[in-house]
Amino acid sequence: MNHLENIKSDLGNKFSKNNFGFSNQFGNDAIEVPKEAILPLMRHFKDSGRFDFLMDLCGNDFPSREKRFEVVYQLFDTKTFKRLRVKTQVADGDAVDSIVSVWKGANWFERETYDMFGIIFKGHPYLRKILTHHHFKGHPLRKDYDPNHQQHCSDVLPVHFENDDSYIIDPNRNLVPLNIGPSHPATHGTLRVMVELDGETVNRSNVELGFLHRCFEKMGETHFYNQAIPYTDRLNYCSAPMNNMGYCKAVEKMLGVEIPPKAQATRVILAELSRIIDHIVCIGANGVDLGALTGFFYLFGLRERVYSVFEKLCGARLTVSLLRIGGIANEPPKGWYEEVLKVNEEIKKGINEIDKLLTNNKIWIQRTRGVGGISIEDAIEYGYTGPCMRATGLNLDLRKADPYYGYDQLDFDVPTGTTGDCYDRYLVRLEEMRQSTKIIDQVAKNIPAGDYTIRDKDIVLPEKKDVYGNIEGLMNHFMLVIKGIKPPQGEIYDATEAANGELGFYVMSDGGPKPYRLRARPPCFAIYQSFSQLIDKGLVADVIAVLGSLNLIAGELDR
Amino acid sequence: MQNNLEIKTVDLETQTQEFLRTGGFTTKLDDIIAWGRKNSLWPMPYGTACCGIELMSVMGPKYDLARFGAEVVRFSPRQSDLLIVAGTITEKMAPVLVHIYQQMLEPKYVLSMGACASSGGFYRAYHVLQGIDKVIPVDVYVPGCPPAPEAVMDGIMLLQNMIETHAPRPWRDNWKVPGFLQAAEGNHP
Ligand code: SF4
Repeated sequence: MNHLENIKSDLGNKFSKNNFGFSNQFGNDAIEVPKEAILPLMRHFKDSGRFDFLMDLCGNDFPSREKRFEVVYQLFDTKTFKRLRVKTQVADGDAVDSIVSVWKGANWFERETYDMFGIIFKGHPYLRKILTHHHFKGHPLRKDYDPNHQQHCSDVLPVHFENDDSYIIDPNRNLVPLNIGPSHPATHGTLRVMVELDGETVNRSNVELGFLHRCFEKMGETHFYNQAIPYTDRLNYCSAPMNNMGYCKAVEKMLGVEIPPKAQATRVILAELSRIIDHIVCIGANGVDLGALTGFFYLFGLRERVYSVFEKLCGARLTVSLLRIGGIANEPPKGWYEEVLKVNEEIKKGINEIDKLLTNNKIWIQRTRGVGGISIEDAIEYGYTGPCMRATGLNLDLRKADPYYGYDQLDFDVPTGTTGDCYDRYLVRLEEMRQSTKIIDQVAKNIPAGDYTIRDKDIVLPEKKDVYGNIEGLMNHFMLVIKGIKPPQGEIYDATEAANGELGFYVMSDGGPKPYRLRARPPCFAIYQSFSQLIDKGLVADVIAVLGSLNLIAGELDR
Repeated sequence: MQNNLEIKTVDLETQTQEFLRTGGFTTKLDDIIAWGRKNSLWPMPYGTACCGIELMSVMGPKYDLARFGAEVVRFSPRQSDLLIVAGTITEKMAPVLVHIYQQMLEPKYVLSMGACASSGGFYRAYHVLQGIDKVIPVDVYVPGCPPAPEAVMDGIMLLQNMIETHAPRPWRDNWKVPGFLQAAEGNHP
C-alpha cells in the first residue's frame, strides 16, 4: 500500500472521506478537504503522530472561482520524513478555523496569509498585518493588486506588546519599555524587538517584522521562471547559491528533467561553500554582538576566500545567480575545482582557529551556555528546522532524510546538540562547517565528466557561439527569452536543506511562462516566532546573544 | 555645529584685502577644516539587506575601509557624519531612515550604496521605496547589486573630493522633510 492509500484508510475510520479529494502530483501527496474538516483533521494528524510537524501554511488566489481562495497546509512527519499537502477552499470574506491551538507555529503563518490575501482565520488570537506596514490598504498577493502600487508609511508604531495595541507604562510597577531596532547594531539591520524591563530582566517582549518585506512572491509571480532566479538569491543573501538551488530544483522537478552529474556535483560544492560562509557570518556577527571582534576579522578573511572562488565562476560575489533551470550558467573555468580544494584547506585551518578562539573561551561560554534554550517538543511546535533544530537534539537533516544530488553517497555526519541553547547552536554550526569541508573534499576530487547543463531547447538557452553563429541558435535564444519556460500545469512543494533549515518552494504552474504562485517557505520565519519565549524572564543582555544565534536573515524572514 | 562652509567666489584682489583684514586665515581655515573632515569621516552603516553584508566586507580585513580615514564605524547617528545606506529601504523603513538622518549632526553626508537604495533596484514592488532620495538628500550614488567593495571605496573617495573642494550641495540645502512624513514630524527629537 502506498503512502496515500495508507492515509486514506487511516482517515476512513474517523472521517467520512467521500468529500475528500486525494491526489498525487509530481510525487507530492495532497488531499483537498472542505474547510469545516480542517481543525479536526489537523488535530487528528498531530495526535495520532502521523504528521507532527506543520511545515508551511499559505494561500492561493483564483479570482474567477466561486470560492476564490485556497489555504494550503504542508505537513511533515519527523519520523518517517513523509509529507502531505492539505488544501481547502474559502470564499472571499469567509473564515476558516485557525489551527494555532494545534501548532503554535501556525500563528505567524496565518497572520501572513491574512495579510497577503485577506483570508480570515476564525479563533486566531491576534489576526493583524505582519509583513506590510500598518497604513497599508488591501492585500497585495491577490491577483488584482497592482505589483507596482506603493503606499507610503508616515510613522512607526509605538512600542507595544502582543494583544495590546494601546500600551501604556504602568507607574505602579517598575517596568521600563525598551525599544531595540530596527536600526540597531545588534539587530542585524532590520529587526525590531520591544522589551519591557524589570531591572535587568525581560518581563515580556514583542517583535515586529516587515521592515524588509521586498515582495518576493509578488515579484516571482510577475516574472518568467528564469527571471525569478535573481530574486531567490536575495532571500538569504549570506548563502545565495543555496536559494537558487532550491528554486531550480523545484522547477526542474515540475519539468521532469534531471540535471547532468557534473551540474549536480557543482551544485553540491556551491551549496556547501555557501553553508560555510553562512555559518561564518552567523558566528562572526554573533561574536561581534557579544564583544568578540577578533572572530569577525578571522572569519571574514575566510569568507573572502570563498568569494574569490565564486568570483572566478561568474564574476559576482554575493548575489551570484549562477544556477539556471537545467544546470548551471556556464562551464567552470579550468582549474576551478582545484582552487576549491585549496580554499577548502584554508577553511579547515580557519575553523580550527575559531574553535581555539571561542569554544573554550570562558566569556563566550558564560554568555551563551544556558541562554535561550528550547526543548525538542517546543521546537517542533514552532516549526524549527536546520541547525537550531539539531541543537535541541533532533536529528533532522534533509540531506540524509530525503537525499538529493547524491548526498546519500557521501560520507558525512549530522551533528546534534542536547539543550538547544546558544552554545549548542554555535557548536552545531561549527561542526557542520567541518562536515561541509569533508563533503567538498569528496565531491571536488571526483568531478564527473560531461556537460554542465541539460541541452533541452525548450528549457536552456543555447551557447553564445550558436546564438551568434547560426540562425537556429539565434531563434532558439530569441524564443526562449520571449516566450519563457512553460512547465506543465500543476503544483509542487520541494525542499532543500539550506543553511538555516528547510527552504521550501511551493510553485504552481498554470501552463504559462510565469509561475502562477511562487511561495518560499522561509526557515527563520518559523524560528523567530519563538523568540519571545526564548528571551522572556532572561537578562536583557541575553536578548542580543539569542538574536545572533538564531541567524535571522531579514531577506528570508520578510521576503 | 553651524555649517560655516559657505563658499564665495572671490577675485584675487578682494582675497588679498580679506587676507590683510582678517590676518589671512579665513579661507585657509576653511580648507584646513575641509581637509580634516575629509580624512576623518565616521560612517554610520545603515545596512538592511544584501548590500549591508557587502558593506561588512568593505569594513572587513581584505578591503579595510580604515585606510581612508573612514575608520570608526559608529552605530549612533549622533556620533557620525556619513550615513551609508546599504540595502533595500521599504516603505515601512522610510520613516525610520528619516528619523536617523535627522538625528545626525551637521555637517552630514549620505552615500547610497547599491541599486535598491538608489532607485528601488529591481524591486518595482508595492512595499519598496523607489529610491532613498525620495526622503533624504543623497550625495553619492554607488551603482551595483551589490556594488563591489572597490566601488564603495570609489564612492567614498568621490565624497572626500567633494568635501575637499567645497562642492556646492543644492540638494542638501533645499531638502525638506517629505510631505507624507510631515504628519509624523512632531515625534522627532
Ligand atoms: S542593490 Fe542588490 S544587493 Fe543591494 S540590497 Fe538591493 S538587491 Fe540586495
